Amino acid sequence: MRHIISLLMENESGALSRVSGLFSARGYNIESLTVAPTEDPTLSRMTIVTSGSDEIIEQIIKQLNKLIDVVKVLDLNDGRFIERELMIVKVKANAQYRDEMKRMCDIFRGRIIDVSDSSFTIEITGSSSKLDAYIESIDKAAILETVRTGASGIGRGDRILKV
Amino acid sequence: MSSNYISGAEIVIRCLHEEKVKFVFGYPGGAVLNIYDAVFQQNKFKHILVRHEQAAVHAADAYARSTGKVGVALVTSGPGATNAVTGIATAYMDSIPIVIISGQVPTYAIGQDAFQECDTVGITRPCVKHNFLVKDIKDIASTIKKAFYVASSGRPGPVLVDIPKDITAEKYEFNYPKSVHLRSYNPIIKGHSGQIKKALSLLLSAKRPMIYSGGGVVLGNASSQLTKFVRTIGSPITSTLMGLGGFPASDKQFLGMLGMHGTYEANMAMQECDVLLAVGARFDDRVIGNPEHFLSKPKTIVHIDIDPSSISKRVKINIPIVGDVISVLNDLNDLLSKEKIKQNISLKNWFKEIEQWRSMNCLSFKNDKQLIKPQFVIQTLHKVTKGDAFVTSDVGQHQMWAAQYYPFDKPRRWINSGGLGTMGVGLPYAMGTQLAHPDAKVACVTGEASIQMCIQELSTCKQFHLPIKIINLNNRYMGMVRQWQEFFYGNRYAESYMEALPDFVKLAESYGHVGMKIEKPSDVEPALKEAFSNKLKERLVFMDFITDQKENVFPMIPNGKGLSEMIIAEDL
Repeated sequence: MRHIISLLMENESGALSRVSGLFSARGYNIESLTVAPTEDPTLSRMTIVTSGSDEIIEQIIKQLNKLIDVVKVLDLNDGRFIERELMIVKVKANAQYRDEMKRMCDIFRGRIIDVSDSSFTIEITGSSSKLDAYIESIDKAAILETVRTGASGIGRGDRILKV
Repeated sequence: MSSNYISGAEIVIRCLHEEKVKFVFGYPGGAVLNIYDAVFQQNKFKHILVRHEQAAVHAADAYARSTGKVGVALVTSGPGATNAVTGIATAYMDSIPIVIISGQVPTYAIGQDAFQECDTVGITRPCVKHNFLVKDIKDIASTIKKAFYVASSGRPGPVLVDIPKDITAEKYEFNYPKSVHLRSYNPIIKGHSGQIKKALSLLLSAKRPMIYSGGGVVLGNASSQLTKFVRTIGSPITSTLMGLGGFPASDKQFLGMLGMHGTYEANMAMQECDVLLAVGARFDDRVIGNPEHFLSKPKTIVHIDIDPSSISKRVKINIPIVGDVISVLNDLNDLLSKEKIKQNISLKNWFKEIEQWRSMNCLSFKNDKQLIKPQFVIQTLHKVTKGDAFVTSDVGQHQMWAAQYYPFDKPRRWINSGGLGTMGVGLPYAMGTQLAHPDAKVACVTGEASIQMCIQELSTCKQFHLPIKIINLNNRYMGMVRQWQEFFYGNRYAESYMEALPDFVKLAESYGHVGMKIEKPSDVEPALKEAFSNKLKERLVFMDFITDQKENVFPMIPNGKGLSEMIIAEDL
């Protein structure tokens, strides 16, 4: 099953490679991994999207907790949470595609952030599956380039990950 | 600049003094010349010059294993650090507290492919508990303090501190922190009281209770607590390779080592028990080769471990207790002292069954008039040393025979590489152990293949007058490799024959030691007696025992098989 794991870690050089190294050394999947400093510059927050059986996810959480630089780990799937990912996609917008691309962008509540005579650059946010759905919905031949940030997640309501 | 400013190199040395380090095992080189200059000008610790950095780390590791204190190694950048990696990985797999200080090229040269540069922190990251690259002289003292703290607390392990050369030349004031706090690192010491109560009542009501003790008991200095507990509840107990000595082997309740080369009674009891208490052990593949087969006989498993990630990693645990083994065992003993232990009739029946398994005598072997049996050498070693030696070993058949035929009654006496299985550790392990215990008998049980992987350390032994007794079980084969080839590869002995062996007697003599070659069974005891006699008390003795070439280690559980699927020696 797909899990989103959030963690707070010391914002130190090498910390990221300790996490990514752990995943490769123990053969765990990483679907995506995003990291950036938090409002407290000594801390980084990382979101890892992974998948595995309950046993594997349990081991991943334990192994992450074992890393000396990791301050806190939370499996967002243990409760209610919100997930967002940003995708920027450049699509063909010549006469053949122009109207359709505008329409599909509106349907997925995207925004056109750059326009040329032959292309649109569209930003879309949402859960990773929504972004997948967008890609599925448009003509593959119209896609020129995509870039995705990987998912970020946060617990709903009182679920707070803080030191 | 203030007058109490000292160089970064001196700060490193002062930190080691603050940590009351007695020995530093190392090898100098360009990036650590400043540190070595400071080593030269102090006399609070002794520097042990090895002949290869791998041995420096192994020796520091053995110092830690045999004393419980943090071992320290000092190596230079580049090849110094890469040579140390095998030693670091060995210590990591067995959770041994050591601190490795490595030199690095100057900060301004990092990333420039400088002479003797390598990404030491990157290379060692997967095999250390933690590592640091110190980029500012102000951070040296606090980093070394953290290194010692992290290495020795929680589940112990190696910690590496990489220090660029320019920082060791700069000057700064020395201020060693009194304590250290890491917000991201808080090992759990105290076990959950509810879980502990549940575990005890389960064990007391069990019909076929079993204790499975591991290296964590030795590392956690909990053997007297474990012994008290096991003797009070009266259950049988087995131990992993790493846990030997954690419970006295001469005790009737002890069933011997378990696992791939464990005793018949230990493996059967482990398989057939109804409640299992695992203490500081990790159900690794050499113990539980087949988790599914193991659980096919239903049992309730309690697991005490300081590392939460050890719990339910390979075998699903029913009652996990995360905590320091000594603390949890103390709690268990306290609870137990309040219980009225009734004479447990089912325990009697359980032992009856165990005695039947035991009566198979799975470790018996036939001595030969002409050929020296390796098991006989170990038994004789036990007799001659009255069971009171420190025994180090390399890796292979001789290691298993040492574990099987030298019963350990005390912890920290059996020094070997369990997790990584590193050939070559035996001699450097003996060095670290002998330095830590100068008056003790230290025997290095090895084979003609393993010993050649760190043979250069005979020179270190000469320099520091280490009177180690080397028991070389020379069967002219990489014995364990040959055994697997015999059992599983149709007797095709691919590259497992040791050709062109040196004359070990002359070799030992050329290093300034005493060499003996023993070819007859009747000479085994006299040779060992002479080696451990007062006459040779100050000397390293290399005993080259020419043993039976085809002897195998039994019992044996083939890779991936269940505990009750042992191969037993044919003549039993």
